[in-house]
Amino acid sequence: MEYFLQNLINALQWGSFYAVISIGYSMVYGVLMLFNFAHGDIFMVGTYIGFGIATLFLALFMPILPGWVIFIMVIIVTMFLASFVGVMVEVIGYRPLRGAPRASAAITGLMIGIIFETGNLILLGAQRFSFPALIESVSYNVGGVYFTNVKVLIIVVSLVLMAALHTFIQKTKWGMAMRAMSYDFKAVPLMGVSINIIAPLTFAIGAGLASVAGILYGQAYPVLDPYMGILVGWKAFVAAILGGRGSIMGAALAGYLLGFIEIFVAMVFPSTFRDLIAYSIILIILTFRPRGFFGMAHSTQLRL
Amino acid sequence: MQLVVENLSVSYDKIRALHGISFSVEEGEIVTIIGANGAGKSTTLRAISRMVPADPGSKIEFMGQNVLKYNTDRVVSKFGISHVPEGRMIFGNLTVTENLTLAAFARKDSAAVAADMKWVFDLFTRLEERKNQLAGTLSGGEQQMLAVGRAYVSGRKIMILDEPSMGLAPLLMLDMFDALKEINRQGTTILLVEQNARLALKFAQRGYVLEHGKLILEGEADSLLDNPEVKKAYLGA
Repeated sequence: MEYFLQNLINALQWGSFYAVISIGYSMVYGVLMLFNFAHGDIFMVGTYIGFGIATLFLALFMPILPGWVIFIMVIIVTMFLASFVGVMVEVIGYRPLRGAPRASAAITGLMIGIIFETGNLILLGAQRFSFPALIESVSYNVGGVYFTNVKVLIIVVSLVLMAALHTFIQKTKWGMAMRAMSYDFKAVPLMGVSINIIAPLTFAIGAGLASVAGILYGQAYPVLDPYMGILVGWKAFVAAILGGRGSIMGAALAGYLLGFIEIFVAMVFPSTFRDLIAYSIILIILTFRPRGFFGMAHSTQLRL
Repeated sequence: MQLVVENLSVSYDKIRALHGISFSVEEGEIVTIIGANGAGKSTTLRAISRMVPADPGSKIEFMGQNVLKYNTDRVVSKFGISHVPEGRMIFGNLTVTENLTLAAFARKDSAAVAADMKWVFDLFTRLEERKNQLAGTLSGGEQQMLAVGRAYVSGRKIMILDEPSMGLAPLLMLDMFDALKEINRQGTTILLVEQNARLALKFAQRGYVLEHGKLILEGEADSLLDNPEVKKAYLGA
């Protein structure tokens, strides 16, 4: 039982990364009908930005401010900078391709990803950096279940972010515009809404979230690598599709499901089997629910 | 003149849908363009709201300003040209209130927006009863009311409507035109295209007849109703 609870907490943490990252995938897909294959690498860039800001702020403020204040400041500043990266990806990468075939947009995403990876290598070299710990890790043992404050923090911050995003999408006029885009993008400009505001905003939110996932990831697994976004990106893509087109709730749930399956498969089988078995399970789920959890029938016309 | 269209041509993949049409609408007027299916009525409205590009040499001016310089969203927010599109294009996944709120996206005068929304709910009481319902669950008539309500809230100076009678039961059709009259009385210019020529000409002050992408007749609505050509071709008499 303790072993199970132990893994449950691990799965919640692991699923939090997938959930927060896949939401960005899902939003861009839902609003713009675009698979943003650069999203995994946007996560990587966001993580590096977080790393840079964390290192800088620790050097500047460490003795003066408490760790959690620095942690929050790092999150806010990183989100802001990463959303700027997201906006640039939209404006420079995708906007000139509006009306182009979907395949062109897809390979653009892949190329942006390669540019980010190799650009990072050229800029920072091949050495691996280590994400500084922003919160001093404290271990707890409750009834034989072992966990750290960092794990709890990762889970809580992820849930808070997702709740905030949900509120934004449901309550603000920008959120309404995004939902309207996913329903009928041609009618949105007739409401006086510029696509050139909604599209970059969607990218900004996706990139901002991915960068926070990067900071949290860096607290749990501190080693940074220019290629760290590739596999995570593909898995977040899987979660976004599994959740159903453009469904934020679906992407979050699917992200957690992925985390659970991976952790619990590794609990039973040797860890080298993990992805093989985990993604075979996902494949079977998709066979029975080809549109994902919350997917609706839809046209697949490219909107951006 | 509030809206001046001169030599407007639109082509879809080299096939010309509009052949240099010219017409104008005065502030506060109700003007209709009638014509058969495929005559180019929807294309005319889409060109005005910039949903389709106009060919070079075309001119569209609103209050003396060049409309063709702007994108659709600016045509709505800058000029107050509100387009009620063919097929209504309401957002079925948003509630009635959200549809109306979104239509006011670019407006900064929140007090006036609230007043406009209240006005819409007073005009279409069925919408108020269903204001928290998803728009996709509304009947066809209610969706048309919502489409008109949305255009009203988006800051209309002129409302351009694409077949507002389409798919409505005869009684609802009359209600809809009464509502449009009321909107016009509030100072909104109305330009509407219709297949239902009799209804449109009874409602409008002036009319144009569009055939194969060309305007072939224009005049007072009453005189068009009595015109033998119009009678034969469009009024089934």
